Amino acid sequence: MEKINIKETDTTPIVVLDKENGIFKFEGKTLPENVSVFYQPIIDWFTEYIKDPNPETVIDLKLEYINTASSKALFSLFLKLEEIAKKGLDIKIKWYYADDDEDMKDVGEEYEDVIKIPFEHIEFEAED
Amino acid sequence: MSNNFIDFVFKFFTNLRDNNISLVYDGEINHNVIRAFTDLTNNELELKEEPNHIKKKVFNVMVESLQNISKHAECIDYDNQKYGRGILLISESDTSYNVTTGNVIKSDSIKRISENIDIINSKNKEELRELFKTRLSTGRLSEKGGAGLGFIDIAKKSGNKLEYHFEKISEAYYFFILNSQIAKKSNYGKN
Repeated sequence: MEKINIKETDTTPIVVLDKENGIFKFEGKTLPENVSVFYQPIIDWFTEYIKDPNPETVIDLKLEYINTASSKALFSLFLKLEEIAKKGLDIKIKWYYADDDEDMKDVGEEYEDVIKIPFEHIEFEAED
Repeated sequence: MSNNFIDFVFKFFTNLRDNNISLVYDGEINHNVIRAFTDLTNNELELKEEPNHIKKKVFNVMVESLQNISKHAECIDYDNQKYGRGILLISESDTSYNVTTGNVIKSDSIKRISENIDIINSKNKEELRELFKTRLSTGRLSEKGGAGLGFIDIAKKSGNKLEYHFEKISEAYYFFILNSQIAKKSNYGKN
């Protein structure tokens, strides 16, 4: 499968989707001007991926800021990923949050409550 | 310059100073405007040595308030405008930072907006999280990219009730003012 490698901007995160090497990573801020334009190719990529997923899929999410329109797009993406869990394959979301960012910790817990995918919540030390 | 105009400019300046208003804007609210103002405000908070989580909260509240206007404000005097217009004020009191926005709405939106905010204001922190989760998992992205989550997010992140007011412009249009307060470092958790 073709890799996705999106560079970070001040309103969109780094996105690396690499089936071959098992890397699925989102990192940075997400408040794109147009949420569908940014997320549709990513959702399309996973639609393809789900047809023949790896035995284990670990999604790393290290997001610093999520606007509400993006939180909706991420929800759609997670729903898509539930299909992998339904196939009985291993899938996990690693949710990273800075130790001084309780709001981001909360967001991870809220997603875990509404998505049927195992979450691992990982605190990291905030840079100052 | 006429004396009246000079007088107006000087009064405008002293008014801003007296009310601790650090930013005023009136115009189109588009993506670049939102980026510029959140950057500017972030830099100011940095100078005041506010911690990251306060800066993030102010950033958050600004983005959601401004994106609401960008997507939903009505334009009375401007035809064919892609983005909504509105005003933005950033000010501070001894205890909080205030993000105030104002924009024109149609009269028939008043009921929907005020009911939505009143529901949000009636909820405690835990109930807000539940409401957020429900709307996240059941609502759909609207045509304009709104998720119906903006006001809930502002309430969650600010930790305060949303203050609002509708001022009549004409039978058809009202001016909608929204004010959100984010507690300063020294006062955080006291409200």
